[in-house]
Amino acid sequence: MDLHFGDSKPTDEERAAVDALLGPPETSWEGADRSDADLRWARGGRAARDRRDLLLPGLHAVNDRIGWISEGALDYLCRRLTVPPAEAYGVATFYAMFSLRPRPATVLHVCTDLACAAAGAPELCAGVEARLGPGSGVSVERSPCLGLCERAPAALAVKAGDPVRTAVSAPATVGRAVLAASAPDSAPEEPAAALAVPQAGDPALMLLGRVGVVDPASLDDYRAHGGYTALRRAFAIGPAGVIREVTDAGLVGRGGAAFPTGRKWQATASQPDHPHYLVCNADESEPGTFKDRVVMEGDPYALVEAMTIAAYAVGAHKGYLYLRGEYPRALRRMEHAIGQARARGLLGDDVLGQGYAFDIEIRRGAGAYICGEETALFNSIEGYRGEPRSKPPFPVEKGLFGKPTAENNVETLVNVLPILTLGAPAYAAIGTGASTGPKLFCVSGSVERPGIYELPFGATLGELLDLAGVRERLRAVLLGGAAGGFVRPDELDIPLTFEGTRAAGTTLGSGVVLAFDDTVPLPRLLLRIAEFFRDESCGQCVPCRVGTVRQEEALHRIVERTGADAAADITLLREVGRAMKDASICGLGQTAWNAVESAIDRLGAYE
Amino acid sequence: MTVTPLGIPRRLLEFTLDGQPVRAPEGSTILDACRAAGKDVPTLCQGDTLAPKNACRVCVVEVEGARTLVPACSRKAEAGMEVRTDTERARHSRKVVLELLASSVDLSTTPEVAGWLKEYEAKPDRFGPNAARVDEEPRVDNDLYVRDYGKCILCYKCVDACGDQWQNSFAISVAGRGFDARIAVEHDAPLTDSACVYCGNCVEVCPTGALSFKSEFDMRAAGTWDESAQTETTTVCAYCGVGCNLTLHVQDNEIVKVTSPHDNPVTHGNLCIKGRFGYQHVQNRD
Amino acid sequence: MKKRERTPPVYKRLQYPLVRDSRDAPFRRATWDEALDRAARGLGAARGAFGLFSCARATNEMNYVAQKFARVVMGTNNVDSCNRTCHAPSVAGLSAAFGSGGGTSSYGEVEHTDLIVMWGSNARFAHPIFFQHVLKGIRNGARMYAVDPRRTSTAEWAESWLGLNVGTDIPMAHAIGREIIHAGLVNEAFVERATTGFEEYRQLVEPWTLSLAEKVTGVPAAAIRELAHAYARAERAQLCWTLGITEHHNGTDNVRALINLSLLTGHVGRFGSGLQPLRGQNNVQGGGDMGAIPNRLPGFQDILDPDTRLKFESAWETVIEPHYGMNLTEMFEAMEEGSLKAVYCIGENPAQSEADSGQAVRRMQGLDFLVVQDIFLTKTAELADVVLPATAGWAETEGTTTNSERRVQRVRRAVTPPGEAREDIDILCDLASRLGHDWKYADSEAVWNELRSVSPDHYGMTYERLEEHQGIQWPCPDTDRLEPTYLHGRLWESDPAARGRPAPFGLVRHDPPVDLTDEEYPIRLTTGRRLDSYNTGVQSGSFASPLRRGEYVELCPEDAERYGVVVGERVQVSSRRGAVTAPVWIDTALRPGLAFMTMHFPDEVDTNSLTIEANCPIAGTAEFKASAIRIEKLPVATQVR
Repeated sequence: MDLHFGDSKPTDEERAAVDALLGPPETSWEGADRSDADLRWARGGRAARDRRDLLLPGLHAVNDRIGWISEGALDYLCRRLTVPPAEAYGVATFYAMFSLRPRPATVLHVCTDLACAAAGAPELCAGVEARLGPGSGVSVERSPCLGLCERAPAALAVKAGDPVRTAVSAPATVGRAVLAASAPDSAPEEPAAALAVPQAGDPALMLLGRVGVVDPASLDDYRAHGGYTALRRAFAIGPAGVIREVTDAGLVGRGGAAFPTGRKWQATASQPDHPHYLVCNADESEPGTFKDRVVMEGDPYALVEAMTIAAYAVGAHKGYLYLRGEYPRALRRMEHAIGQARARGLLGDDVLGQGYAFDIEIRRGAGAYICGEETALFNSIEGYRGEPRSKPPFPVEKGLFGKPTAENNVETLVNVLPILTLGAPAYAAIGTGASTGPKLFCVSGSVERPGIYELPFGATLGELLDLAGVRERLRAVLLGGAAGGFVRPDELDIPLTFEGTRAAGTTLGSGVVLAFDDTVPLPRLLLRIAEFFRDESCGQCVPCRVGTVRQEEALHRIVERTGADAAADITLLREVGRAMKDASICGLGQTAWNAVESAIDRLGAYE
Repeated sequence: MTVTPLGIPRRLLEFTLDGQPVRAPEGSTILDACRAAGKDVPTLCQGDTLAPKNACRVCVVEVEGARTLVPACSRKAEAGMEVRTDTERARHSRKVVLELLASSVDLSTTPEVAGWLKEYEAKPDRFGPNAARVDEEPRVDNDLYVRDYGKCILCYKCVDACGDQWQNSFAISVAGRGFDARIAVEHDAPLTDSACVYCGNCVEVCPTGALSFKSEFDMRAAGTWDESAQTETTTVCAYCGVGCNLTLHVQDNEIVKVTSPHDNPVTHGNLCIKGRFGYQHVQNRD
Repeated sequence: MKKRERTPPVYKRLQYPLVRDSRDAPFRRATWDEALDRAARGLGAARGAFGLFSCARATNEMNYVAQKFARVVMGTNNVDSCNRTCHAPSVAGLSAAFGSGGGTSSYGEVEHTDLIVMWGSNARFAHPIFFQHVLKGIRNGARMYAVDPRRTSTAEWAESWLGLNVGTDIPMAHAIGREIIHAGLVNEAFVERATTGFEEYRQLVEPWTLSLAEKVTGVPAAAIRELAHAYARAERAQLCWTLGITEHHNGTDNVRALINLSLLTGHVGRFGSGLQPLRGQNNVQGGGDMGAIPNRLPGFQDILDPDTRLKFESAWETVIEPHYGMNLTEMFEAMEEGSLKAVYCIGENPAQSEADSGQAVRRMQGLDFLVVQDIFLTKTAELADVVLPATAGWAETEGTTTNSERRVQRVRRAVTPPGEAREDIDILCDLASRLGHDWKYADSEAVWNELRSVSPDHYGMTYERLEEHQGIQWPCPDTDRLEPTYLHGRLWESDPAARGRPAPFGLVRHDPPVDLTDEEYPIRLTTGRRLDSYNTGVQSGSFASPLRRGEYVELCPEDAERYGVVVGERVQVSSRRGAVTAPVWIDTALRPGLAFMTMHFPDEVDTNSLTIEANCPIAGTAEFKASAIRIEKLPVATQVR
């Protein structure tokens, strides 16, 4: 491609960061010194253009090393990857974690989202900003949910360098957050993942059974606790057998859409076009959700094994794990686990000596909620802006790189392990007839024991809240996160199943259960949700791009109003919300109005 | 007419459009079928030379069994589909989309939109005087064309025309996110520091006048732009042997703008800088 | 890097006729009658020593009337156009091989081919909209290879770019041919059925091993081998070239060497497989088709064919000279000898476009009589005795032009011409009438219909059909149907009679550029176009291109360092013929010993005072692409900034 580059040059460090990822440039055309050979023969074309998918890792490489992405660095990366600088700029500016302007090497992301806001995030922010003013070498950025809701309020410090250093402070105080930011290496180690699992150690747990029990760094320990028996069984029954088991088990997607997993796999497996891909969606960004993080931190090999089985079933030899950028510990654990699995022949050319080749590549998100949408995630991996694609065609037909792709989230995948070890009938016997198996719930907010709970489908909301120790003066429960809906304290008998919540006119979503007591002003909460969607709308379609702004403006106007004073704006909200629900491209816009609508209709907000 | 001895004849699909049975070749969009049936569905981001982006959502229609409305411009017709183009639900979304657009950008130079606003009884003012707008000053950083992003509805057509669908210069992209997303060159630099080759193919596809030729921009500013006094004559460019068709827009015997027929087998509506802008020499008359 | 301040000349339209009363007198305004009378007198006096330069930018209709003027009114076949300075070798080479001078494929086919070779063509800059079709092809999965001394924008899209030495195209082509033969990749069915001279060709290329080719071309043997295999193995392949092939002293030989590859592999005469010379002017194809060349009558019909002559003689009620006329190059030589005394130059600017432009000006100054018909007072017009103001073909007249894919398209009048400017055809007819031939054409369509009646290839193209189909490609012998988009499908016929004359391999030998580099002139200068400019800049200079930076001598970074020069610094550039000063630009697409300039700004830097008038003996095209130069730093005082 005849790319245009400006005059900016990369610094040695920027160049080193990119070269560390891509290897040194081979010719002057991609950034090496000029040689006589280069001036007589240049390769390019398809092979050069096919490296686009390394753009996001490249942006991370620079941002991790320097803390921001300069013109020279972006140009150099583009030259290496044959990517037009304007497009790379469009991609880099899409992600909240990247800066295209100079900023301090350390960024402290302070969560101001629902659970943290209720736990004192505004005061934390103010305190931290007072201590870390200009010149402190730390840039304080307000962040959407960091997925640390069980330890709210939370902050994440990222200090650029080689290597990049991170520190989590949760529950954060001003002092601890400032320490994490100014000296991430000496900040205290995060508590073990098991602390997020109040039921840890309960032998009845099927998905969380190993969290807190096995050493997450040890493959041997994983195998000593039943690891890799499911994969062995998968090889024994063959891909069709795996799909049959998963279908018969009644497993449906746990990301919120509740699509039958067996059907998705069957549809992918039967596509004549090749290669097939498996993508694990670990871009868990729904405010209030943190279950995937806990699974990956506490039982990483389970995900490796489950991905291997899923890939085997759909005929994929390459899997991508798209991992949320704000999850440094999960990233480390998964990187380690994949490396270990590879070293032991559990990934690679000949998995378990069965002649089946499979490997996993991790791709880090960079701060975009929308990338949890399956097709936006594909675009993100491919090095494009994380904008959802129009469906049909569906991913099983044209997914990642335009090829048949099965995409599942972490929780869905790890359910495959008990299905194969117990057998489909035993698994299907758990839960209700329509919602089988165990379910993970992310409980936070006004409860004594926030964390991840594993319950069979069918337990009621009340039972779950009892388990978590709900506090007095419960005002509302948000089910499913920002894209979900509110229910009243008198609706605690709602069964936590897909069909039960649907019947009750609400949603299970991804399993978020956020409890709010009456100290939290509801209009503020709704405004925060609207802000979230305005910030996270990708901007592609009009109903969502402008609709989220108009919604936020209306909610802002009525934050202190009720009754007739709010009526006109509520009508406006309803009309805009209806169009967003009907006419947006993807689930973000279609659900952005849900929580506010439920608060008005069910909770009587603004009355 | 480039006859291509490729492909096999397309099958015909039967489906229902507003209760009437219709037949459309396999691969047709609902919009194709609507237009063939003489039905008017408004469109903004749809372009006759570009793959549907379905970003504006003003063309949504109702398809039986679909949870949401579907964009007519990109959704392929399927056998047995029941499509309704004028339901209250579809009209509501179109109305709100028009309101959202008209309340956030300047649609004064967008053809047809005034009629649609009226037809759908859209009231963009209802969002109040403080409703956020894309307030951008026109960017006049070169002598050939102007970027007035206060009129941009982010339809992506310019990006697609500059990118892999036609020009492959990739001078522009969507940068940023959400309401703050803008069409920009890298680092939001002036056009003159970018990969732009001034082919004007982005201007050719812009549906709102956010991109306009400097000649048109200046005449509009001076109040002398008068399309009713313009003639359009298609001829052939003289700058190389490729034979691109140029449509010369002439007002008062001056060429004021150059476009190209979108169905032309040589250009498909695209030109290069010479064809698009290199006409001044003929009118250096004194 | 900032743009340099420039005040480029702006050419104003000619509004009325100009005459001068003696060679040394200045121009004065004249009435049309006076100017035409003078022109008729001057030309009439020169019968037998007359030549006409027709215009590759004007319409087919104008070219038809112009060549008819030369042949009928002036009784000579001395008619030619700037075709000569660019693509005459393509026409000569293609017609020697296939009997027809047009490119064999269509743009649409490039989108559906498997392999595209861009040889000596920076189409990304020179033919941007053709390159869009190439890009469609690439997006559809075609692989593109580029052969060019510079790594141009076009080459940056290639799977593989081969940066050969200037003027070593024949060694490269022959080595590719030899490799195809040795690898057993010859399309034997096609060679057997549709070609002659394969055995001689095989012997001719046998010495051109990959390693010898590497030595001569500078390109690694592996790269040449890869291209050879890719081209031969592709199911469909397009071979495209531009002036990098033709603007050499052996341009026709270069073209033949490329055509040989298509014969060897059967990449011609099929959909998606063919040869595409990309023409430089809007109607350089049509000018030749209309007979505005010394060896062909309208419809590309050979003058030496008695039946053809007879047909035209009866249609035109005249006698046509039974021999070829002089081409542009030969006419210039005849000026030197004194056997050509008067020239009627329509819409051309040879004073700046000819190689060794100083010599061209001197020769025109020696003419007894020069009429120039143009829309501007060009450097050539300044030499004239009579200057006639014309209309701009593309925007001020009705007619047709023919593009590189042989598509005849309508041009239309969109603006009224300035002042007293008149259409070329009207002027020609008025002159003809003063010289005893009373031609009446109601409009351009009447001219076109006369052409249709004498050219079978154009017979089926009525104005109405041209409008309906947005242009029609020739051949179009029938008013009811359209022919395939590609030429020479006949070569694949199984019936030898239907197959017609087989295509001969061209037995051409390598001959390095005439202007050798040596210690005194160590740098090879090659020339080309930029994206926003056109030829001598008379037209393109008038719009405010943000890309335009004026003329520079472009050097590679290594040479710039060697000469101790920086961007913007003015240097002296000298060849064996002349010297200019030009500012330096640094381009990484160049390599040591290779410099690049354009001919777009002759009023700033007269690049063609450096180039060599070493002409292709067959086509007459000069070797613009290869001069030997040296670069010298100027004394400090004259440096710019």
